[in-house]
Amino acid sequence: MAYRFDFAPVFEHTDLLLAGAGFTLALTAVGAVLGIGLGVTGAVCRAWKLRPFDRMFGLYVEVIRNTPFLVQLFFIFFGLPALGVRMSEWQAAVLAMVVNLGAYSTEIIRAGIQATPRGQIEAAESLAMTRPQIFRHVVLRPALAKVWPALTSQVIIVMLGSAVCSQIATEELTFAANFIQSRNFRAFETYFVTTGMYFVMALAIRQLLVQLGQHYVVGRAR
Amino acid sequence: MSLVKIAGLHKHFGTNHVLKGIDLEVASGDVVALIGRSGSGKSTLLRTVNGLETIDKGELVVDGTALHDGRGDLRALRQKVGMVFQQFNLFPHLTAGQNVMLAPTVVKGTAKAEAEDIAKEVLLKVGLSDKFDSYPDQLSGGQQQRVAIARALAMRPKVLLCDEITSALDPELVSEVLAVVRQLATEGMTLIMVTHEMRFAREVGNKLIFMHHGRIHESGDPKTVFAEPQTPELANFIGAVQSA
Repeated sequence: MAYRFDFAPVFEHTDLLLAGAGFTLALTAVGAVLGIGLGVTGAVCRAWKLRPFDRMFGLYVEVIRNTPFLVQLFFIFFGLPALGVRMSEWQAAVLAMVVNLGAYSTEIIRAGIQATPRGQIEAAESLAMTRPQIFRHVVLRPALAKVWPALTSQVIIVMLGSAVCSQIATEELTFAANFIQSRNFRAFETYFVTTGMYFVMALAIRQLLVQLGQHYVVGRAR
Repeated sequence: MSLVKIAGLHKHFGTNHVLKGIDLEVASGDVVALIGRSGSGKSTLLRTVNGLETIDKGELVVDGTALHDGRGDLRALRQKVGMVFQQFNLFPHLTAGQNVMLAPTVVKGTAKAEAEDIAKEVLLKVGLSDKFDSYPDQLSGGQQQRVAIARALAMRPKVLLCDEITSALDPELVSEVLAVVRQLATEGMTLIMVTHEMRFAREVGNKLIFMHHGRIHESGDPKTVFAEPQTPELANFIGAVQSA
């Protein structure tokens, strides 16, 4: 007998799916803001060789980029309590996402900072601007504008990667999908709908970041 | 009293001794042209005057602010010394007006409305009052360079350094920039310029300095120096430039 598709048992749980999607988006939003903030900090330390922070960020970037996200998450949630650092699954999920995005965006933003023409920095210096002033007013916006597409992609990768947080019972979209599937045994339908939701969310985030970038970052900066 | 005083100035790039004891005095209102072959140290000398190049040994005083052997208040010095570059170096994400307003607001803490008035005034001076809201990539090379001059003027410098400011321009755009510099000289602005525009140096400058192998080889009134070079090196240089 051929399999009969039935989506009704999935849509019974629409509220769960929407709540899960909402949490995924919230996780992503917090992770992206803090992660990019961390990335800007790391990029400045690396690009300007601020001892000893440049070395520390260098090590951090290598460790995070060369280990699996799931293991990073497990280390934070299951490993750190051994040192007395206990967190809720939400805190652990946010921290893991920030740490992960922070490492990748450090390298992305560093590339943007290092692409600043030397002459523009000299011009700013000759106007008696201090280093922090030069960074804030001359370097940062063109640097972010140059790497905005790469940062956008990285944020989406992190949003999709947050599915892994279901493994420590963070009640985001994948957790909701797993729960629904365990109730109705409609694996195809449940994950089909979930896949569609991730797809739409990814497209929406990309659009949002493109718009935000056009408006606040890229603007006329080239 | 001289506005800029340089005494016994030495500068090395690694093992390369590029400035070998420069002594130079510039009075207020002087228009100094620095000429010489590439590698003679003229750009390096210019760049030491606002601290873009450090000084290994010697003294630099601009309007009372001194650097001894490279140490001193660099930012105080830079507030007195404006600089215009060969490559314009405008900030691409800011309009012409914002480029000009940035340093007064950020460095001097000038209120925005006042900075805007200053920006309008200096852009008018360089003939670009209608380009306040234009971005650098909407301007021609000559216009960009004039905005760069306005940006330096907005800090009210005592002396303006010009580092080959027409060398990156298309030939037909050179004159509009030189006209602005000529106007500044007429108004009494103290100028030190590295230039390949020999005719301009002769017409506008009141002091010519010929750099050779890291030293001031010959200097004096441009008209006499050009007419009667005292050294074979300068005679050669003038010949090479004029035959080009």
